Formats: sequence, C-alpha cells, structure tokens
Amino acid sequence: MTSFFSALGEMFSLTFMVYALIAGVLVSLCASLLGVTLVLKRYSMIGDGLSHVAFGSLAVATACGFAPLPVSIPIVIVSAFLLLRLSEKGKLKGDALTAMISTGALAIGVMAVSLSTGMNIDIYNYMFGSILTLSKTDVLLSVGLAVLVIPTYVVLYHRIFAITFDGSFARATGIRTALYDTVIAVLTALTIVLGMRFMGTLLISALIVFPPLTAMRVMKSFKGVVILSAILPIVSFVLGLILSYVISTPPGASVVCVSLVLFLIFSLIGRCLHR
Amino acid sequence: MSQILCDNLTLSYDNRTVLHGLSFTVEKGDCLCIAGENGTGKSTLMRALLGLKAPTEGTITYGEGLTAKQIGYLPQKTDAQKDFPASVWEVVLSGRMNRHGIFSFYSMNDRAVAEHQLLRLGIGHLKNRSFSELSGGQQQRVLLARALCAASELLLLDEPVAGLDPVATAEFYAILEGLHREGMTILMVSHDLLSSLGTATRVLWLRHDSYALLSPEEFSAQIPTALRGGGVR
Repeated sequence: MTSFFSALGEMFSLTFMVYALIAGVLVSLCASLLGVTLVLKRYSMIGDGLSHVAFGSLAVATACGFAPLPVSIPIVIVSAFLLLRLSEKGKLKGDALTAMISTGALAIGVMAVSLSTGMNIDIYNYMFGSILTLSKTDVLLSVGLAVLVIPTYVVLYHRIFAITFDGSFARATGIRTALYDTVIAVLTALTIVLGMRFMGTLLISALIVFPPLTAMRVMKSFKGVVILSAILPIVSFVLGLILSYVISTPPGASVVCVSLVLFLIFSLIGRCLHR
Repeated sequence: MSQILCDNLTLSYDNRTVLHGLSFTVEKGDCLCIAGENGTGKSTLMRALLGLKAPTEGTITYGEGLTAKQIGYLPQKTDAQKDFPASVWEVVLSGRMNRHGIFSFYSMNDRAVAEHQLLRLGIGHLKNRSFSELSGGQQQRVLLARALCAASELLLLDEPVAGLDPVATAEFYAILEGLHREGMTILMVSHDLLSSLGTATRVLWLRHDSYALLSPEEFSAQIPTALRGGGVR
C-alpha cells in the first residue's frame, strides 16, 4: 500500500502528469456537461462523428502544411452546426447523416495522410490520444475552454433544460432555440477538437456519453443528472490516469475503462434504488 | 385589430396540401374550438399558428401586440422521450423561461406562479416526482401547468383531454372556463366535441375540402350530420 502511495507521489511530481491531469479533467468536465444535452436529444453519435471530422481536417491541414487548429476548429464548428440543426428537419435522418459525415471525413483524412507523409506520429496521436505529451500551450487551451464552457453552461442552464426537454414548446413560446442550439454546437465542436488531442478520435465520444448515461441510472431530475455528470468525469479521469501509470496502459483507454466500470456500478445501484 | 389574423392560409406536408385557402380571425377573449376528422389538418394548423411550421401560401399575423412570449401551448405529445430525467417542478417552471432574456434567472415571482399552477391543477403533491414516471393523465396536467405558466394572453391546446378520465375531463373544462372568464384567449383542437362546446364561443370546423366558422349552437345543430360525415355549407 505504501508503495502505491509513493508511486502516486512520484507520478504527480512529474510535470507531464500534472499537465495531463489539469487538461484532462477540464476537457472531460466540458464534454460531459455538453453531453447531457447531446445524449438527451439523441445525438450521442455526434461526438463520434465530429471527432472524425476533426481528424480529417487535421490530417488535411497537416498534409497541406497549415497550422492544424485554426483550420480544424472552423470546419468542425460548421459540421456541428449542420449535424445538430439540419438533421432535425432534413430528409436524411440524423444518425444516417452522422454516420455518412463521420466515415467520409475519416476517409478523406486517411487519403490526405497517405498522399503526403504516410502515417506519422502526429496522426497516430490524434487517432489514439497523446495525453502524456501535452505542452504548456495545450494546458492553457484547455483552461481557456473550461473558462468558456462552464460559465456559459451555468448561465444558460435553465434555457438548456427548456430546449432539451421540449424544443417545440420552447420555440413556440418565444425562446430563441436556434441561438442556444448554435451555442451548444460551437461549444461541442471546440471541446471535441481540443479533447481529441488528448483522448484521441476513437475515445472522445466516450467523454461525452459516459457521464450523462451513468448519472441517468440513479438521478431522476435534470439538475441531479447535470451535477453528477460534472463529478463523474473527474473521478474517472483521475482514476484512469493513475491506473494507466500503475499498470502502464494507454491513458485514454484506461479512462474509458474506468468510466465503463462506473457505469456498470451505477446501473446496479439504480436497479436497487428504483425497484 | 384581431389577435390572430389568418389570411388565405395554405399548409402542406411533403407537397401534400392539408389545408387550403383558410381565412379567419381570433379576437381577444375568444374561445375557438377547432373540430374536424382525422387528417383535416387540425394539428398542422396549430403548429402553423405557433410558428413551428411555415405556411405554403398566405399569412398568419399576430395583432394587438401579441408575441410568442405571451403564448402557452399544450402539445399533443412532447418531444421529450420516455426516460428523460426531469422532475415535475423543473418541467412546470420551464414554462416561465419565455419571460427571460439570455442572462436572467427565475425570480421569486416565477416560482410563485409555478407553485400556484401546480396547486390549481391539483398536482402539488407530485412536485418532486419524476415526470417520466407519471401516468398519462398526470403528465397531461403537468404539461398544462407548464402551458399556463407560459401563457398571459393566448393558450393553444392540442387534444387537451386525450387520456383524461371523465372526472378529470370535467375538472379540466372547469379550469378552462375559469381562464376564459379571466380574459385568456383560448384555441383548442378537440375530438371531444360535446364537452368542449360548453366553453367554446366559436367553432372552426375543418373538413377535407372546405371549412366553416360556426357558433357553438349552429355547430351543435350540425353534429348529427357531422357524425355521419355530411357537409354543412
């Protein structure tokens, strides 16, 4: 046991671990707050779709020699807007549209990479995450993201409930649903572009869907779900990071496995509570 | 000027016209009952009046300073799915949101109004229950309480008594009459013609190829014909 704690002490004396912890906790917190709305509006797959769009645009930007983030962020924002807003009334159903955009963007990204440099390390990191190689800039970016997302979410909380619970009623009674949908789309896009740099394309949607789904097992009010969704990702991220350090597994996958275990535990608790 | 002015309104879904050339007005304090068989466009008309559906032709104008922020709406079904985590209180209070700008929060007054509507509809004891776990009739009352929280001028109700038992239906119409006496303009779509006529001041009867605006008395006289599927004009 003492060796475990000394390992823990050693772990957090490492600068890159502290960076990983700060950035990871902040980004997962943003993702799970936005995730409550996305999951409840049946848009769970959008996180996954957007992360593929982010991958595609980053790959194309890298291949063309542009700076990745300034290219990727606007593209992902536009895609988020299209997926969230247009899939509601378009002829294509939301899930089909998401699957199409997602696979299409992934294919474009892979084409761009193979035509230019081949599978280099940057691309690999975007696919599977690279939380242990964060720079100070990355940490500052994630702090900036949290400063943007969390206060916005708190201020708009009641409006977010109204548009999530019943969008038609909100619109019919004069709430500017299009504005709030757009805000959610932009924040989701920013969270995903930054989040995929740590968690990787393949794991970012876990950050969005796990906390709300886990919270919904035991909480029956919206407020309860939001509060628990804010606590859960912190717990699973810290535990996942420690796990990855102790047994030398990739951090992204470790965090998701911890989230999965938490989900199963809460499902069990929920069953006992609501019988 | 009227509160709502519909002029030569045509509504369609996927190139199929469900309503054609409809013109009518709603005056302040009216209680207009929209009747008609299935597929005559009652709910579509409701959605158009709420601004949720754009007319193919014609116009809908709000007059007398009426804005969406003064409208309450009871949908036939909510967008919310079965497992949505929301307490009754959260749902009812959300009806007050339309009074607020981007940066304001619920006031004490909002909470008092929401509390009052809960008690008025006899669901005060359900306040902290989960909305999705309630029965159909209870959910209907919660959604009506939300609509009443939102409405200051105009209340639109789509099949308000569907799923209510006879006692609850009678109570519901009593509440509606009370609101009407207080000066609320009410538009409602109803299958339950006989009981809704007690409250109605006018009836808009939609049929597949035409429509008629009648007084409740005129409409009552036509009901046997209506039930046989015949015409009035």
